[in-house]
Amino acid sequence: MNGKSPATDFRERLKAALATRDDVARLTVLKSLSDLSPDYVQTIQLDKALSGIAVEAVEKQLLRVRVAVLSTGTTNHLLPGLRVAALRRGFFFDVFAGAFAQYRQELLDPASPLGSFAPEVVVLSLSARALIGALPIDADREHVEQILQTEVAEVRSLWDAARKRFGAVVLQQTYMDVFEPIFGSYDRIAPASPARVIDRLNDLIAQSARDDGVALIDAARACARDGVDAWFDRARWLQGKMEIAPQAAGHYGELIARVVAALRGRSRKCAVFDLDNTLWGGVLGDAGIEGLVLGEGSAAGEAYLELQRYARRLKERGVILAVCSKNDPILAEQAFSRHPEMVLKRSDIACFIANWKDKAENLRDIAQILNIGLESLVFIDDNPAERSRVREAFPMIAVPELPEDPAHYVHALADGGYFEAVSFTREDSARAASYAANAQRDALRSAAQSIDEFLRGLDMEVTYGPVGSLELERATQLINKTNQFNTSGRRYSAAEVAQLAADPDSVTLQFRLADRLGDSGLVSVMILRLSAAGVADLDIWVMSCRVFGRQLEDEAMNIAVEHVRSRGVETLSARFVPTARNGVICDLFRNLGFELMSGSSAEGEQLWRLSIAKYEERRNFIRRRSGQS
Amino acid sequence: MNEPDLLAICTRILRDLLMDDRIVLTMNTRRPDVPNWDSFAYINFIVALENELGIKFNVAEVESFETVGDIVTGAMARLR
Repeated sequence: MNGKSPATDFRERLKAALATRDDVARLTVLKSLSDLSPDYVQTIQLDKALSGIAVEAVEKQLLRVRVAVLSTGTTNHLLPGLRVAALRRGFFFDVFAGAFAQYRQELLDPASPLGSFAPEVVVLSLSARALIGALPIDADREHVEQILQTEVAEVRSLWDAARKRFGAVVLQQTYMDVFEPIFGSYDRIAPASPARVIDRLNDLIAQSARDDGVALIDAARACARDGVDAWFDRARWLQGKMEIAPQAAGHYGELIARVVAALRGRSRKCAVFDLDNTLWGGVLGDAGIEGLVLGEGSAAGEAYLELQRYARRLKERGVILAVCSKNDPILAEQAFSRHPEMVLKRSDIACFIANWKDKAENLRDIAQILNIGLESLVFIDDNPAERSRVREAFPMIAVPELPEDPAHYVHALADGGYFEAVSFTREDSARAASYAANAQRDALRSAAQSIDEFLRGLDMEVTYGPVGSLELERATQLINKTNQFNTSGRRYSAAEVAQLAADPDSVTLQFRLADRLGDSGLVSVMILRLSAAGVADLDIWVMSCRVFGRQLEDEAMNIAVEHVRSRGVETLSARFVPTARNGVICDLFRNLGFELMSGSSAEGEQLWRLSIAKYEERRNFIRRRSGQS
Repeated sequence: MNEPDLLAICTRILRDLLMDDRIVLTMNTRRPDVPNWDSFAYINFIVALENELGIKFNVAEVESFETVGDIVTGAMARLR
């Protein structure tokens, strides 16, 4: 290290960045500075520097999203933290700062300035202060419940307005309990006490958010974890009507940026673990399997166990696990199968790499084998040298700074918020198995004489149908999270998908793919709109990268053509909107027999057409589930 | 910590906050004397100074500070 204090170092790097003429280079430095947990003043500085970057450079490197923060308090002090957290996650937020307590007018008044801003995301940052102030402390349970139901109904009408007026995604902040106790511990029992009211309110809000497809920003939990004094500053409330303390602005911005990233499919997908002194204590090559520090009996051994347990929970909710270790591969696998205290099993690990090669190279291989981007990886390693090597080689990989003491490993990993989710479906819990099955398929593919032989041997079966209520959540998740196989990049809320599914002028199709190695679940969705007489428009088509190269696109198109033909359609048109991530399907429509219409450009939106009469059914090795035609 | 130390800290914080290294604060400087030191930047300045020194001013004090000297004197009283 250079011996300078972190603050001096930050100041110098920021100054050097500001002196850089090239906006793209300057933005790259600012993004790397955003990773250094900047303090309050540093965050304001970064934000100011960010505002000086030309739009073109911003759009080249970051995903722009218009975010409105509407509140019962003031919001200006929260914006630098919000924008810097967005920067950290590869986003640029254009922010609309709601005025003090104007959230209703801003959303409901057609003349409000929010109208011309046209938010894509609306954050409702509300306090229970007024509600609690108006509630007599002797109010009984029924009275309190009635007041709360009215409050929740009003909040839901605001969600509705944000969606109807702007088509915005709504993020509802949970209510923070920053109020002083009235009785003491008895508050937990008294129906009208602040603690009780807020608990019940958050319950109702969470249920409604689930029903209405609204995402939550759990400020209440963060406040409870960090302590009320960290999130609420009585002086700032009095001085500036700040419901959230300036010191919490960075953390608050993180909560929002994580959820927006999750909504846009930018959460990380895979946790890659080192082994020695990360998943267990000691060096396997020196200590042997019996010599590892792992399991009950010693505090350190239990600490490693805690990390394994946490990793297993992550796997159960759909995070892919991988191992990247400098070790003898046979010995490393043996430690998994033979050490009696191992919580993680070899079968929990979708990709297991133990060798003596450079870890950055190995991480690239892991991403390739799993068919995910490097930006989907989190690398967990106790060795600072390995961490900085990987950060340097691949800045897009998240590398949490692990504390020296393994007791705090889980906290360090969880604290990064890398795997934020906005829903949890059957497909999520089956994901790890599905990736493991994919690794098996890859082995079969290499062993097969030809690709045809491989595909025939898989014994694939497609199940399909319209998007019904059972498929709604997964279909919506797939539409909003899929970046690679995504023809138009359109986003739909669950309510909108349900509307389209019920619309007689639309056709929704969902496809599940299974083979002899496993069921991949619901992996593709199409939305077709029947427009002018005889024309159907393929509005969006998404497919999970888990089933790439299995000919599902061929059979899905066969099925889609049959569907629209039966509706009297003669021409199928499809839009392809190129993005930074969907290059993998740039030849999709050409390969399926579509013709490129004139006026389309390589960079801009392309319009493709298919004459249904001339469509040649695509040959493939997928059979349809019996009973389906 | 003495008066010049605190004045130096105040100057550094305000320079960082407003990203302007030409700022020179004296005990007699008032907010309007410094370009862009508006009421919002003032609260940010107080937040940063309190963080750095580990002190909390009274809400009434924050409202009554007229000069940088008032702030320095107020901070010294709390550090004592």
